[in-house]
Amino acid sequence: MGHPIPRCPHFNLNQSMKRNVVLIIAFILTAFTTQAQTSLSILQTPSGKSVFPPLPYAYNALEPSIDSLTMSIHYSKHFKAYYDNLMKAVSGTPLADKTINQIFANIADVPVVVKNNAGGFYNHDLFWEVMGPNSGGLPTGEVAEAINKSFGSFDNFRKAFDDAAKGRFGSGWAWLIVKEDKSLAITSTANQDNPLMSTAEVKGIPILTLDVWEHAYYLKYQNKRADYVTAFWNVVNWQAVAKFYQNALK
Amino acid sequence: MSQCERTSWEFPALPYAYNALEPYIDAQTMEIHHTKHHRAYFDKFYAAIQGTELESLCMKHIFSMVSTLPLAVRNNGGGFFNHKLFWKVMGPNGGGEPQGALAEAINQSFGSFEKFKTLFNEAAANRFGSGWAWLIVKEDGSLAVTSTANQDNPLMDIAEVKGFPILALDVWEHAYYLKYQNRRPEYVSAFWNVVNWSAVTERFEKASQ
Repeated sequence: MGHPIPRCPHFNLNQSMKRNVVLIIAFILTAFTTQAQTSLSILQTPSGKSVFPPLPYAYNALEPSIDSLTMSIHYSKHFKAYYDNLMKAVSGTPLADKTINQIFANIADVPVVVKNNAGGFYNHDLFWEVMGPNSGGLPTGEVAEAINKSFGSFDNFRKAFDDAAKGRFGSGWAWLIVKEDKSLAITSTANQDNPLMSTAEVKGIPILTLDVWEHAYYLKYQNKRADYVTAFWNVVNWQAVAKFYQNALK
Repeated sequence: MSQCERTSWEFPALPYAYNALEPYIDAQTMEIHHTKHHRAYFDKFYAAIQGTELESLCMKHIFSMVSTLPLAVRNNGGGFFNHKLFWKVMGPNGGGEPQGALAEAINQSFGSFEKFKTLFNEAAANRFGSGWAWLIVKEDGSLAVTSTANQDNPLMDIAEVKGFPILALDVWEHAYYLKYQNRRPEYVSAFWNVVNWSAVTERFEKASQ
């Protein structure tokens, strides 16, 4: 006996057609996904993710400096709400085709809901990236040199950063930024504003940030913000800061 | 502008126990809020005015020219005054609805108590960052709902909407985070169960004087 003859030659034809249909659908889906990603260019943020970015480590990875419960609520509730509200606010508007940096550069022209949530999204995304387990210590290499050059010493820099974080009245952020002349500076912003916004008093590209909204520390530190600021230095991921520094110089 | 004077400054005791507002506002939050946050505002405010001409003025007078004063006076004076009022307008066995002239004024200004509540809830929910929601008596005697950032208040010359505050709700995260975390609207709903309407009525009568 030779090879079994297909009982129905049309069956193969059908399979082939089906395969073609599948390929066509896949093509359409790919095109649609590509289109969708293009329209989500607003999410080209520090982590480089174009979807809701995963936390780059476990909720308990920053213990005991930042507790697991705080990280969990901070990431899955606060950060997620900024992301969702931002998506809702830009969806179907021309803003969805802009990068988040373009939005910040013209922040006075966008609705306040976009400003607050785009800031909340970007700021937290950077905050997660510049922290990590097995971190702390001192920066090395070019970013260390730049810190010495701009502030005299690491200790001077740290003190100025601490002052910015402790001195921000109400909710806000402390920042280490690269200014247009490539020097480093420390600044702080209110609420979810940041130094990329055209309305910022001191402008630059952020390479390190600390959230001083009470939600960032209240479960563990309550009114003792200063203790939280001190603990932060144990979880600074200087390699990530060095990467953002190099990107800012480009 | 009020030309009132004052002779001494005291950190006010909480007018009820730390657990008196349970389960709506938890005892731990009340204790830290009063003994740490409020206390720090008072201490820093007093340090900022001690030995200056401000020491003999009342808060209303100080707030009326706060834009000309150091930031420490604005932030800590606001924090001192706002919390003191906040404690006063809450209490155990609170909640319900206002009566008498205040109830009438609320109906007249907002249409109904429910409409007023909705407006106040929105002011509290939509204050982005740290701040306060307020019910105030405006200069023309009508009531209005407003909100302020951080420790500003409607008595300050820098306030967008000015008036005499008769009800206040703290929406800094420290006011609710231990119990409610990111769920500010739940805290705002719970607040109505502890509003002391007699105290609010007293403030309302004081405003009309």
